[in-house]
Amino acid sequence: MRAFDYIRAGSCKDALAEAETPGTAFIAGGTNLLDLMKHEVMTPARLVDISRLDLRGITLTDAGLRVGALVSNSDLAADPLVRRHWPLLSRALLAGASGQLRNKATTGGNLLQRTRCYYFYDTAMPCNKREPGSGCAAIGGFNRIHAILGASEACIATHPSDMAVALRALSAEVELLAPGGGRRQVPLAAFYRLPGDTPHVETVLEPGEMIAAVLLPPAEGGRQIYRKVRDRASYAFALVSVAACLRMEQGRIAAAALAFGGLAHMPWRSADVEGTLIGEVPSAALFDRAADLLLAEAKGQGDNDFKIPLARRTLAAVLAEATAEDTEGDRA
Amino acid sequence: MTREMTHDGPDADHRLDGMAQGVLGRGEPRPEGALKVTGRAVYTGDQQAPGMVHGALVRATITRGRVTTLNSATVLEMPGVLAVIDDPRLVRFSGQGATTKPPKADAAGVVYHGQPIALVVAETLEQARHAALRLTVDYAEEPGAVTGPEDPAAEVELPQKKQSETGAPDAALEAADTVIDRIYRTASMSSAPMEPHASLAEWQGGKLVLHSTLQMLASAQGQVAAALGIEPEDIRILAPHVGGGFGSKLGISPETVAAAIAAQQMRRPVSVVCTRPQSMETTSRRSETLQRIQMGADDEGRLTMIGHEALVSNLPGQKFSEPVQQATHFTYEAAHRRVVHRVARVHRLVAASVRAPGEAVGATAFECAMDELADKLGLCPVALRLRNIPKVEPGTGRPFSSHKLAEALTEGARRFGWEHRHASPRARREGEWWIGMGMSSLVRVNTVMEAKARVSLSLDGTALVETDMTDIGTGSYAILSQIAAEMLGLPMGSVETVLGDTDLPASSGSGGSFGAASTGSAVYLACLELRSRLAEAMGCPEPELTLKDGHAIHDNRKVPLSTLMGGAAMQAEGHLIPGEAEDKARQATWGAAFAEVGVNAITGEIRVRRMLGTFAIGRVLNAQTARSQALGGMIWGIGMALTEELVHDARDGHIVNRDLAEYHVPVNADVPALEVHFLEERDDWAPMQAKGIGELGICGAGAAIVNAVHNACGVRVRSLPMTVDKVLAGLVEAEADQG
Repeated sequence: MRAFDYIRAGSCKDALAEAETPGTAFIAGGTNLLDLMKHEVMTPARLVDISRLDLRGITLTDAGLRVGALVSNSDLAADPLVRRHWPLLSRALLAGASGQLRNKATTGGNLLQRTRCYYFYDTAMPCNKREPGSGCAAIGGFNRIHAILGASEACIATHPSDMAVALRALSAEVELLAPGGGRRQVPLAAFYRLPGDTPHVETVLEPGEMIAAVLLPPAEGGRQIYRKVRDRASYAFALVSVAACLRMEQGRIAAAALAFGGLAHMPWRSADVEGTLIGEVPSAALFDRAADLLLAEAKGQGDNDFKIPLARRTLAAVLAEATAEDTEGDRA
Repeated sequence: MTREMTHDGPDADHRLDGMAQGVLGRGEPRPEGALKVTGRAVYTGDQQAPGMVHGALVRATITRGRVTTLNSATVLEMPGVLAVIDDPRLVRFSGQGATTKPPKADAAGVVYHGQPIALVVAETLEQARHAALRLTVDYAEEPGAVTGPEDPAAEVELPQKKQSETGAPDAALEAADTVIDRIYRTASMSSAPMEPHASLAEWQGGKLVLHSTLQMLASAQGQVAAALGIEPEDIRILAPHVGGGFGSKLGISPETVAAAIAAQQMRRPVSVVCTRPQSMETTSRRSETLQRIQMGADDEGRLTMIGHEALVSNLPGQKFSEPVQQATHFTYEAAHRRVVHRVARVHRLVAASVRAPGEAVGATAFECAMDELADKLGLCPVALRLRNIPKVEPGTGRPFSSHKLAEALTEGARRFGWEHRHASPRARREGEWWIGMGMSSLVRVNTVMEAKARVSLSLDGTALVETDMTDIGTGSYAILSQIAAEMLGLPMGSVETVLGDTDLPASSGSGGSFGAASTGSAVYLACLELRSRLAEAMGCPEPELTLKDGHAIHDNRKVPLSTLMGGAAMQAEGHLIPGEAEDKARQATWGAAFAEVGVNAITGEIRVRRMLGTFAIGRVLNAQTARSQALGGMIWGIGMALTEELVHDARDGHIVNRDLAEYHVPVNADVPALEVHFLEERDDWAPMQAKGIGELGICGAGAAIVNAVHNACGVRVRSLPMTVDKVLAGLVEAEADQG
């Protein structure tokens, strides 16, 4: 491990001031960063520990739910408001990691966890995300867990978070604090970036910017489902996951929000897919059309080709479940 | 005084059954258990020594070639860095078990990607690892690296001793009413013990004291001696607690030799603890296998022909090859038989023993083929197996030492509720889930190893058992104490067992399911010797002497042991020597595994819903630790069937998934209710009538799951592990077939 300076921040202001020094990283739960530092995949010269800051509140406001960046995954999943109005989020959180990790991992940190691409973790391998310009060993290598949507020639990594997939379906926004004292709010949709030719830049966070909170708009009502397909029953990242919020009215789909994990460099959401569902009577054919739209641009890398049919089938099953009351006898 | 026994034949006396203390066989808890669960058991990586410094292995980033330059100057300037060691004695990978031959030295000669090539020594662990990662290395690469056994460029050897043919297999296959001819694949696998490989070396006046994560100390001592060019007696190895080995700690590993060399050079104790990736990529692995299984059967389901061809791999020049067909020779009857064994020479991490080398993969594939045959014959899979149990060992005509396969099958079927299985696939559905049942025979060769142990009896009525045996999590401390307590008539609390020190009598070590029976027999023999002396003092023949609760009893006379000891402590050694017994009878352990699984019809995910195993292992020495071994074996079966695969990059052979996040062993959620039933027996051909249990569970259990998946959804996956992608492909194909 590279030697580093450790600074314990006493306030957000202190933390942001400390972060102005280049080579500084924030650390909260450290469940991902410490591993990455031990393997020298990330080698920050300075760590600013923000874990003692007052960013632990979960508050209901007129605008929805405000979740402090330091709320642990365990606390967020267990929160009565979340369980009642945003059960999707609770389920996604509980589908990730292990009890011990969820106790340490924070809301802000979860959003920023790095890909689980094997080649990103192996410093002997070229990786444009770890070392810009060095190449991508996953392309042409073992790429079973890699992206089928939105990948580039520079990077085919996926985002590993379950929580972020749920937040994407829930149209969450992220509140960011800037070193100069500025505060801005970014929809999760705009927070993450596709790899393009700069896969090392994963979000729109400016240097020194810190996540202060995640904001959820009021729940839409209807049915919320998180379905995760993985290689073992627990403690494995999603091969494919689907987060769905769906509301039926008079036998037709009145509202649909769908986000997908395991498919891309960021939680994936498609307005076309949702648009094709809204106003329609659910049917296997409709679900198929939705999957066609989702996967129109999908491209396998060899080992991950199976994700294309897997995503199609999982989406259809989730939609069938979400619309089930009105479509008994018409299930896929 | 030493009591020796050469194990030449059966023993029907069953002396242990005549003892009075009543502790043997009971589920006695581990005496060191409290230390372990409270974190007070000191493992190798926890060991400290005054002035200790840290070493970190440097990893080759080419597949084949030679290190030309280690650019040490830059890292030597880093804070805390003390040395970069590239001694020609550094070894390339881990050694094999039960041999004093060390692993190949000359680490600068690179034969696989990830090989350790040097050691960086620094004041702290972090400094050492940082410098090891930053050390740049120049290589002269050699062309011709072969990264997989099925690469057409791979050199393939057919070791003469491993080929066999009986009768006319081709003609028999042609004449058979029903034929199976299938190819199965199993993946390269990691032992993945929880405790990473680690060594702490310290030289004390020309003698090496080594704390190391090892399963077999006496042979490891020989390996270290040969690797360093010193005498075995100048080395003391300590390993009182080992956090799992599963074969990967049978021989010494690269960090063992590196720590010893570094400590000598630095004149300071040196600790080298592998990182998790190093623990997986610099030690050893289970070879992947390609197995072609042919079977011919008559209309009644009697096998007429068995063919089992295997392709395994190892590095060029390595003698070990996964003994895939070890149990194929004797599990089922068939007049015509053929075994073909091929070894492909590849540039991948060395292949060596991983829990149940041979049967783990061989019996698993064979039991999948048996299921396919049963299916084709329209016969119950249990019935098919019962119909083909041989009376004597096929080919040799040797008797079986004991044979409980039939009972294991029928008892297992009864307890599991096998009669509720639907004969045809896709017959039971619960929501999205296809439900099915499958089964498999379990079989594992049984062997004993030479072992010595010393037992001392004190005047205060306590006994001390001493041997260099290891406890790799299996329960050695408990079991050896129980044997002594039973033989000497002492409560468990009065017996202490000290293990894991080469200064103590050389045991069998832990491996190959032979530890408890072999070293336990040495303890038993030492106790027999003590009993003889006590009987003499008591004035009665030894067999008539009853020892219980610290007293000797004979003929209405009961005296405390101390009154028979002549005022002095007593000590005896026991020495078990393997003899002709192994040649005179075929000895094996037997069992059966039954599984019920759910297969998700949408995603292809598999969930094991319940599993049951029956096990016949002779005398059960400790009901609790034996059960744990059986459970562990079955869980490894789940891993082999569903999740475990060490992935090698096809371009350079390097291990891609080098940690426990991506090398998927089953987690608690993957392991449902497991039931274990022992078919208690006495195998006369085994000393103490006890056989091994460490491996039997894995020797076919995976097949029960594979077969259950087929029974559930009709998909046969012949390449393990059966990950979602493979099952899904089968489901999609089946749906297409059905229009």
